[in-house]
Amino acid sequence: MTDYKIHLLICGGTGCKAAESDEIKKQLKHWIEEVGLEDEAQVVFTGCFGFCEKGPIVKVLPDNTFYVGVTPADAEDIVKEHLIKGRTVPRLLYKDPITNQQISDSKGMDFYKKQTRIALRNCGFINPESIDEYISRDGYAAMGKCLTEYSPEETIKEIKESGLRGRGGGGFPTGLKWEITRKSEADQKYVVCNADEGDPGAFMDRSILEGDPHSVIEAMAICGYCIGADKGLVYIRAEYPLAIERLKTALNQAREYGLLGDDILGTGFNFEIEIRLGAGAFVCGEETALIHSMEGLRGEPTFKPPFPSVSGYLGKPTNVNNVETFANIPVIINKGASWFNKIGTENSKGTKVFALAGKINNVGLIEVPMGTTLREVIYDIGGGIKDGKGFKSVQTGGPSGGCLTKDFLDTPIDYDNLLAAGSMMGSGGMIVMDEGDCMVGIAKFYLEFTLEESCGKCSPCRIGNKRLYEILEKITNGNGEEVDIERLKLLSNVIKDTSLCGLGQTSPNPVLSTILNFEDEYLAHVNEKKCPSGQCKALLKYDIIEDLCTGCTLCFRNCPVGAITGERRQPHYIDQLLCIKCGVCYEKCKFNAIKLS
Amino acid sequence: MTKIKTLADLRRIKEEVQSKIKLRENSNHPEQLVQVKVGMATCGIASGAKDTMKYFVDELEQQAIDAVVTQTGCMGYCYAEPTVEVTLPGKDSVVFGYVNKEKAEEIIDVYIKRGELIDGVIPLSFKTIDD
Repeated sequence: MTDYKIHLLICGGTGCKAAESDEIKKQLKHWIEEVGLEDEAQVVFTGCFGFCEKGPIVKVLPDNTFYVGVTPADAEDIVKEHLIKGRTVPRLLYKDPITNQQISDSKGMDFYKKQTRIALRNCGFINPESIDEYISRDGYAAMGKCLTEYSPEETIKEIKESGLRGRGGGGFPTGLKWEITRKSEADQKYVVCNADEGDPGAFMDRSILEGDPHSVIEAMAICGYCIGADKGLVYIRAEYPLAIERLKTALNQAREYGLLGDDILGTGFNFEIEIRLGAGAFVCGEETALIHSMEGLRGEPTFKPPFPSVSGYLGKPTNVNNVETFANIPVIINKGASWFNKIGTENSKGTKVFALAGKINNVGLIEVPMGTTLREVIYDIGGGIKDGKGFKSVQTGGPSGGCLTKDFLDTPIDYDNLLAAGSMMGSGGMIVMDEGDCMVGIAKFYLEFTLEESCGKCSPCRIGNKRLYEILEKITNGNGEEVDIERLKLLSNVIKDTSLCGLGQTSPNPVLSTILNFEDEYLAHVNEKKCPSGQCKALLKYDIIEDLCTGCTLCFRNCPVGAITGERRQPHYIDQLLCIKCGVCYEKCKFNAIKLS
Repeated sequence: MTKIKTLADLRRIKEEVQSKIKLRENSNHPEQLVQVKVGMATCGIASGAKDTMKYFVDELEQQAIDAVVTQTGCMGYCYAEPTVEVTLPGKDSVVFGYVNKEKAEEIIDVYIKRGELIDGVIPLSFKTIDD
């Protein structure tokens, strides 16, 4: 077994590779051999460090020295100075932009550890099908602490002081919700966990249930103790088979240990949890619709008040919280409200889990303290935009949210700032768009989703969204007029003002925010009949440039609809009426003879 | 499974489990005992984590390498699935991305058996609640 004493980790992420990290690796190896350290030092490629702005990055272990902006020419110094003489190379160290001090140990660098995992603390760490592993990580200790040391009021006080707000979208203070439900008097109350995660591209709740189901079970029991409920229900969509399986396993293990059931930990507290499967309707994420669905009724929302905390499931007081909200509870109890409320911004405490998707290099699940900026999330953690393209917009809050431009990249993310910027926190889906995406098309995509998911109960949402969609379709087909943009705005505001539930009240947001931030794109579509990003097929036109066409017949042979005609060795022609704008001819042509306009 | 009837029971079980895990780490053959965790959330499974896990279980057994292979949830690096975390005794754990059968073979032959790092390490990028 070769026991290397020194490891040089070099970033092999897309960004750093583009900046010659292959060559740096080669040079490092060369100099290591040159000085005869090949049995002691090893050079390896790593995945993205997530600090692409300062790449290429080389990290030296075991002393954790972090070099930024390294070039192949620096390899000699790193080997001769650092490896042989044991001195760091100052010019390659990271300089803190505020204090201007050089930092060598990566542990002292904020940027390197932008993430703090609270809700995801056990995800990817423990075996989700082993209750023992959960217990070994302080599992069920919070429940034990509440049942034996805290009264329900004291527990609620702790949650209130923590400043935790609902992670499902609205951001209602969790402690307050628990208190209101506690104060409602009834012979039976319920705790409901909302696991009906439905935003396109969002998978935070699924990952928590798949990776750490016991944290949700424990928190639901704590909630039951606080509000005076002995029954919990998890409403989860049937499209999440693995999450359901893991949750069932976890419930059975908790029952076998007596951590669910009667007389838990000998305290006289009883709690049981059942699973209710939903058919995956987006509207059932709205709490009244969710409750009706659990009751066996149609998944349609009803007017609030009465709020579920007063009259919910089967007419009894019901506390509905989202998966991620619950996953935070045991940590707050174990570590204390004062630990938790130091993280985050003034009105948004703790962390938020985001599912990073779209045109971003490091697609994945991240958890950052509230107040982290979009730039840090997208560039430092997400590794920047795919294929080195430019950033155009980021969509937060799913179909209820909005598209933010680069002007908002430095806005700290919290509930209030996102609302003020015309979007919302939502459940945490974050879809990144590059300069090649058409914003009118994006608005149309989200509206298509809402149309599909509208329950149809109230007319503003059912009919209004359909009309909105038709106007967008008209614009993307090249038949739009400038007045259509005004129509979109007017109709959107009517839908927002008059819809019954959150779905309709927020469904025009993607339209409004894209008009607000990208009006020029709308104008280009309606006035010039052009799609600046080249995405709207109806507005594209493929032509053959006669002078460049050699008559090789490649396009003719590949056109799927026979729209291209021409003799061999003679210029070809595209019949615009037959052309479906698939772009095959454009891709196949070897002589750049196809013009796209 | 015995019932946990009191808070003292819960604490005792916690200690038992923790010492069991410790024991695993300090077994009689510390130089051979290896822990492998395979990310088995939907994202991992969709990218082939089940095959990767099976390969590790079969191959480590066949080569008589004393190892514990377990599953875990999503580590967050969905872009690099399947992801596998390997902890060699006495060393910090290392996460590898894009672990298909070939990569798994390389991990066993080069990292687990020889202790040499291989390309494709995913750097740790988050703080835990204990930091």
